Amino acid sequence: MSAAAITPDLIAQHQLTPDEYQKIVSILGREPSYTELGIFSVMWSEHCSYKSSRLHLKKLPTRGKLVVQGPGENAGIIDIGGGYVIAFKIESHNHPSFIEPFQGAATGVGGILRDIFTMGARPIAVMDSLRFGRIDGSPNAARNRRILGGVVSGIAHYGNCFGVPTVGGECVFESCYDGNPLVNVFALGVCRKEDVFYAKAAGVGNPVIYVGARTGRDGIHGASMASAEFTEESKQKRPNVQVGDPFLEKLLLEACIEAMHTGAVVGIQDMGAAGLTCSTCEMGSRGAVGIEIELDRVPQRETGMTPYEIMLSESQERMLLVAGKGREEEVFAVFRKWGLEAVEIGSVTSDGKLRVKQHGGVVAEIPNRELADEAPLYDRPHTQPARHAPRNAPPLPAPDVQSALPNLLASGDLCSKRYIWEQYDYLVRSSTVAGPGADAAIIRIKETGNSVAISLDGNGRYCYLSPREGAKLAVAESCRNLSTVGAQPVAATNCLNFGNPERPEIMAQLVEAIEGMAEACRFFDTPITGGNVSLYNETLGEGIYPTPVIGIVGLMKTVQPTGIPFRAPGRTVILLGGIGESDERQFGSTQYAKVILNQLWGTPPALDFDREKCVQNAIREIVNAGLAESAHDLSDGGLAIALAESSFGGIGARIDLASDMRADLLLFHEGPSRVLLSTGHADQAQAIAAKHGVEALVVGVTIEKEIEVSQRGRRVGLWEIASLKSAYEQALEAHVR
Amino acid sequence: MKFGVIVFPGSNRDHDAFYAAAHILGQKAEFIWHDATSVRDSDALILPGGFAYGDYLRCGAIAKFSPIMKAVKKFAADGGLVLGICNGFQILVEAGLLPGALIRNRGLKFICREVLLQPGTTDSPFTNACRKDRTYRVPIAHGEGCYFADERTLDELEAEDRVAFRYVGNPNGSLHDIAGVLSRERNVMGMMPHPEDAIEPLMGSSDGLAVFQSLLAAAVRA
Repeated sequence: MSAAAITPDLIAQHQLTPDEYQKIVSILGREPSYTELGIFSVMWSEHCSYKSSRLHLKKLPTRGKLVVQGPGENAGIIDIGGGYVIAFKIESHNHPSFIEPFQGAATGVGGILRDIFTMGARPIAVMDSLRFGRIDGSPNAARNRRILGGVVSGIAHYGNCFGVPTVGGECVFESCYDGNPLVNVFALGVCRKEDVFYAKAAGVGNPVIYVGARTGRDGIHGASMASAEFTEESKQKRPNVQVGDPFLEKLLLEACIEAMHTGAVVGIQDMGAAGLTCSTCEMGSRGAVGIEIELDRVPQRETGMTPYEIMLSESQERMLLVAGKGREEEVFAVFRKWGLEAVEIGSVTSDGKLRVKQHGGVVAEIPNRELADEAPLYDRPHTQPARHAPRNAPPLPAPDVQSALPNLLASGDLCSKRYIWEQYDYLVRSSTVAGPGADAAIIRIKETGNSVAISLDGNGRYCYLSPREGAKLAVAESCRNLSTVGAQPVAATNCLNFGNPERPEIMAQLVEAIEGMAEACRFFDTPITGGNVSLYNETLGEGIYPTPVIGIVGLMKTVQPTGIPFRAPGRTVILLGGIGESDERQFGSTQYAKVILNQLWGTPPALDFDREKCVQNAIREIVNAGLAESAHDLSDGGLAIALAESSFGGIGARIDLASDMRADLLLFHEGPSRVLLSTGHADQAQAIAAKHGVEALVVGVTIEKEIEVSQRGRRVGLWEIASLKSAYEQALEAHVR
Repeated sequence: MKFGVIVFPGSNRDHDAFYAAAHILGQKAEFIWHDATSVRDSDALILPGGFAYGDYLRCGAIAKFSPIMKAVKKFAADGGLVLGICNGFQILVEAGLLPGALIRNRGLKFICREVLLQPGTTDSPFTNACRKDRTYRVPIAHGEGCYFADERTLDELEAEDRVAFRYVGNPNGSLHDIAGVLSRERNVMGMMPHPEDAIEPLMGSSDGLAVFQSLLAAAVRA
């Protein structure tokens, strides 16, 4: 056992408070050893214990008739019918991706994939929600471009090799992410209902088996790193970032699934954050049993590793499983076939303790339940959410919508992300019905004839102006995206990216966003089945915008998708939900305010839940009845952007809007609850809308090659599609080069 | 007809190929693990896409030593039909069953995109159902798909009508726009694009079917 004395300094270095240390002493009934201190520090880190957020996360709805497994496992599980379930979750890898973009993002993908297949589900889709600092016109632009390049290559490297399609996501640029990019990765897998596995140890005497990569000194204290703000010295933490091996992970996937099918596996968990520590004590705690392991048997990549290092290592591509006693050989045989190491390192015991031995002696002995589930819980003070933006609109310049549209289309947030997603294999598994660029990704489940639709959404600007309303809007938009492709939203996962929760004005952002998200998820009947909280997203005291990201999955029949582009001239263009409402105050949260006016003020757009739901029900029914030739939800950039994106197939539209709103507000306001569609069956589409009490405003007709917009008969803009499209398609690559 | 789909550690379009053969074509298909020493009763072999052994060295450089490759070579030498797609093409090249090499894409980035293919010849078991007067929409998904060979090899490929497919709008810098080539005996073909991912309207294109239909037609004739 390490003889390092436990001093107040050492405790502080482990980011444990004096009170937390006292709690450890009272749990153990003695002073902890150095190894035990390390074990507690990672399990009780913000990243692993959710100690600042747990109290508020309880407000989220987690139950529903399709929910098979809610929060608390490696991933949530939803019944999709036909005897199959899907497992899905979103996780952040923000801090590692700033320090080492390529490996940080790659291991972020690796970590979430393991969370999925540890449940017995084969990963079939990945999506990413990315936030970077500005890559143009900022003093940090060069660094931000490098981070973007590294993150995208890291995701591509891992996902492409592993063989999971990366089917979509979002990518936003904002100065607040300059020193703190956000890399949130969503993964989804499928399996038969009876093949689900849980991370639960059981059966006293059953062997505990370690499989996969050897343990090295990489990633020690990664979880703690993710639980502190960045300082100038953070770059020295590069060794805390792990290195990923997607090939090994692919083998691990195949071997684990095959081993599970032998029936010899009792429980299984991946070693992610806090590695061997987390997997042992959590499996023990869930099963209300003890686990004893002998570190001498743990496969090691380096010599002379201390118990502290072995227990805290976050080396990638490792799993821990409990097998039925006497059936070890069946498990070993499978791993041998895949050329992977599988070693019995201990056994399940009855005393509820995590007992760690090395060279025959005990180096740590801690009750599992207290370690895993009794982490400190904080009701951190929260006041008014931080915001430094004016309430009222500045005097707005005269609108110039003609030039605003191409400028917006070429801006970072709105431009085509093709440069990014073409680096991802979005087709492997031949199940991608709708991939990147669609309102929602659609993945068919070959076994059932059904498809799963997925949308990731978040809007830091909205949430900065109002965390509560911003979170609600994200849920509404995500559900609207799913409804627009014809899917019924059924469940959600969230990734909550915030600053330092010890600051009351940041804590207030977190609390309000969670409450807003809870309200919206309850309303739309999309329970949250799991997710991730990433706090301390600050560098040198500068916090990010509060950025809750929601991933919602929907179910639909497998059919030819209704795409975004208009398909033929002469079709009726309908704005479902109508022109919508906005005012100058709400206009301050829009992309127009950001890109054209370079300002932020006011409030997010106003959301009316009931109206939103009616619009969604209407568009879903219209799409599923085959009445829409194209459909595209309105979101960032408003009507004009939706109209332009719908035109990039070469067919545009001539529309006339009967409204007296200012032309800039009219075209670019981001009021929710609206969908743009084209149809050859306008009467039938309108009848469905009427049934749902939704306005189906006929705004014009599709035409060749151009977009022409008038307001009460007076032309306010005329654009050639080809030039808009080239602005849209070439912007990102031009910025990156 | 029975397809054998070879599975290397790291193959990841093995299921796509299997699905195309078994579910879309309605033929028999089975996976053959890389350490098998026989291709059993397969009528045609598919070496699927993926990252065999992680492709950390040169793509396909390790896979060519897999035990099954001996049997694949024997099968090919006996006139058996062998189709290598993407990583499978890279492996066939490394194993010497096809000429040339596949190097990093011209832009040095992985590209996943639908491309247009022009059949270079219809005189092969893999392209007999294609028509030369039209193009085929099939996706690519690779980082190292730039076809490279010395002048003499290229001349030989052209002279012997062994370019199976060419890109229309070369995405990766391949010499002579080559997307797929045939062996001298024309019973082995490698191609970088993925016909197995373009076999149903749901996937956005069914044009890849032509390759499989060609194989079926060839098998019936044989």
